[in-house]
Amino acid sequence: MLKINNLHVKLEDEDKQILKGVDLDVPAGTVHAIMGPNGSGKSTLSYVLSGRDGYEVTEGTATLEGQDILELEAEERAAAGLFLAFQYPVEIPGVGNMTFMRTALNAQRKARGEDEISAADFLKLIRAKAKELKIDADMLKRPVNVGFSGGEKKRNEILQMALLEPRMCILDETDSGLDVDAMKLVADGVNALRDAGRAFLVITHYQRLLDHIAPDVVHIMADGRIVKSGGPELAIEVETNGYADILAEVA
Amino acid sequence: MALPQAKLDATEARLAPLRLPDGAAWARAAREDALSRLRAMGLPGPRDEYWRFTRPDDLNRPDAPPAALHPGDDKPLFSEIDRLKIVFRDGVFDAEASDDLSLEGIEIERLATATATDIHWARDLYGTLEQRGQTPVARPFAALNTAFATDGVVIRATGKVAKPVHLCYLHEETDSDAILHFVVKVEEGADLTLLENGPAAARFNKCLEVEVADGAAFHHVRAQGRDHERRAVTHIFARLGEASTFKSFTLTANGVLTRNEAFIELTGDNATAHIAGAAVGDGTFHHDDTVFVTHDAVNCESRQVFKKVLKNGAVGTFQGKILVKPGAQKTDGYQISQSLLLDEDAQFLAKPELEIYADDVACSHGSTSGAIDEEALFYLRSRGVPASEAQDLLTLAFLAEAIDEIEDQDIAADILGRLEAWLIRHRKD
Repeated sequence: MLKINNLHVKLEDEDKQILKGVDLDVPAGTVHAIMGPNGSGKSTLSYVLSGRDGYEVTEGTATLEGQDILELEAEERAAAGLFLAFQYPVEIPGVGNMTFMRTALNAQRKARGEDEISAADFLKLIRAKAKELKIDADMLKRPVNVGFSGGEKKRNEILQMALLEPRMCILDETDSGLDVDAMKLVADGVNALRDAGRAFLVITHYQRLLDHIAPDVVHIMADGRIVKSGGPELAIEVETNGYADILAEVA
Repeated sequence: MALPQAKLDATEARLAPLRLPDGAAWARAAREDALSRLRAMGLPGPRDEYWRFTRPDDLNRPDAPPAALHPGDDKPLFSEIDRLKIVFRDGVFDAEASDDLSLEGIEIERLATATATDIHWARDLYGTLEQRGQTPVARPFAALNTAFATDGVVIRATGKVAKPVHLCYLHEETDSDAILHFVVKVEEGADLTLLENGPAAARFNKCLEVEVADGAAFHHVRAQGRDHERRAVTHIFARLGEASTFKSFTLTANGVLTRNEAFIELTGDNATAHIAGAAVGDGTFHHDDTVFVTHDAVNCESRQVFKKVLKNGAVGTFQGKILVKPGAQKTDGYQISQSLLLDEDAQFLAKPELEIYADDVACSHGSTSGAIDEEALFYLRSRGVPASEAQDLLTLAFLAEAIDEIEDQDIAADILGRLEAWLIRHRKD
């Protein structure tokens, strides 16, 4: 599904290299997790993949089902099936949550040459999906993320994911700011979307989230590279011993 | 104080082609008084503080600078709204194109008819509210309007008016110079909605005097646009009675020069005055909102909400004042003026002012200039919304607070549709 090959990325405005040769292969139907200490480049990787401005790819490739995504605009990547659940979902005063989601869904459908969804069908669809995530009508009516609690913001991210049905989902520290109950709700939402045609890349500091979203492969990222990959037991090792041992071992 | 010679000369040059229209003795006197006022204050010059942000040259010159005609829209604004339409073609009332002026709960007469009648209700208002608005700051083009207005209507609402009254302006001569004057009286407990739109003339001077009696409500929604070479100066003078409501919203799209002034006095307790504007400009655009709200009664609320979206050299200006007179306790005054600058060539100039002589009031004002929020833009794009569409969505979100001031949902939807179309036409790509 997602193939990253020797990806080097620097900040556009500064001479600062952040990613220094990332290799990653996330096949359809799998959940990969990336763990790593602060500043290792995890969030940068998610931003570069989703097309945020301010980064420059100096070397390497990233493809989604064979398509070079680094050449695409952010919106084109979304239409191609890439989704980033933000670590800090953005508040947009004045734009209704419902309007936002319908605009996004229809824009993606249009980009794929599909018909736009009618207002009535959309309402039915969003209500059903919202119910599963315990998102009430009020949250749908309010401006995007404005006045939402940390948990509500993350649930709203998962709602968008459920609605847009992307094939490649990147979750950037979705567990940050969540209490145990909220985390479980979010994880249930993610697990409900797991299927053979979809892949997940879960970026997290802690093993906790991975108790709920069981990964197939765990990668450790440090200083802009994947330094170690393994099964779920790698996450437990991090939780028990911290990153120091692993980093020392690969150094 | 004697006026500088240059100002006297400019004023006399402007007056030379104008003639005071005929009318009944009271109307003639009102016009002559206005002319004296104008001669005493003179037309604005480059040194006038009140015209610091806006050059009045095109308004001062004796003839109107020519303006290209717009072919008109397939579906004109407000055309789906059930309304009573009054049409002015280059500043002249067109009876053929207008609806029948009789409607339950309202009296409408052409200005010339009213001002020719010896005993008429409009006598107490014509030029009176305008004159009240001449202090503390002079508004020469309003005095000029009272003196020389050639057409218009006077409207008296006596009950709940069945449908909005729509002043529809058409522009068919490239050099037309129109001066229209409207007098509106909303009687006790009555409720009137006034709509205005359309290119009126190459140069347009419009004055609207509104008396809102105790317990009455006046709603006003106007759109200025589709005539890019327009030069317009408009005034609203409103006086509000006890527990009355005044709400005015203006959409302005493009136009070389537009100055919209409003002078609103809250003279009865518990009255509410809201005035809002959304202006969008691309290129040769100068838009000026100059608002003066006076609180002269207890427990009144006023809101000024002005938003401007500017790009490609467009200039927006705002001068807004809240004056709270001694004894106007429990005043709730709010003023916000904001601009969204879509590129580095656009400019916004603002002068917000508060002047308060009562001690138990809550007044707030704010003025900001900003660019599109890049974080929000990326968030929308990451969900598949194309950049141009995402920018439009954020632009409309910025304007929302002003548009929300329109109470009628159908009218608001019409205005919003007009804005959306403008944004699409003026996209970068």
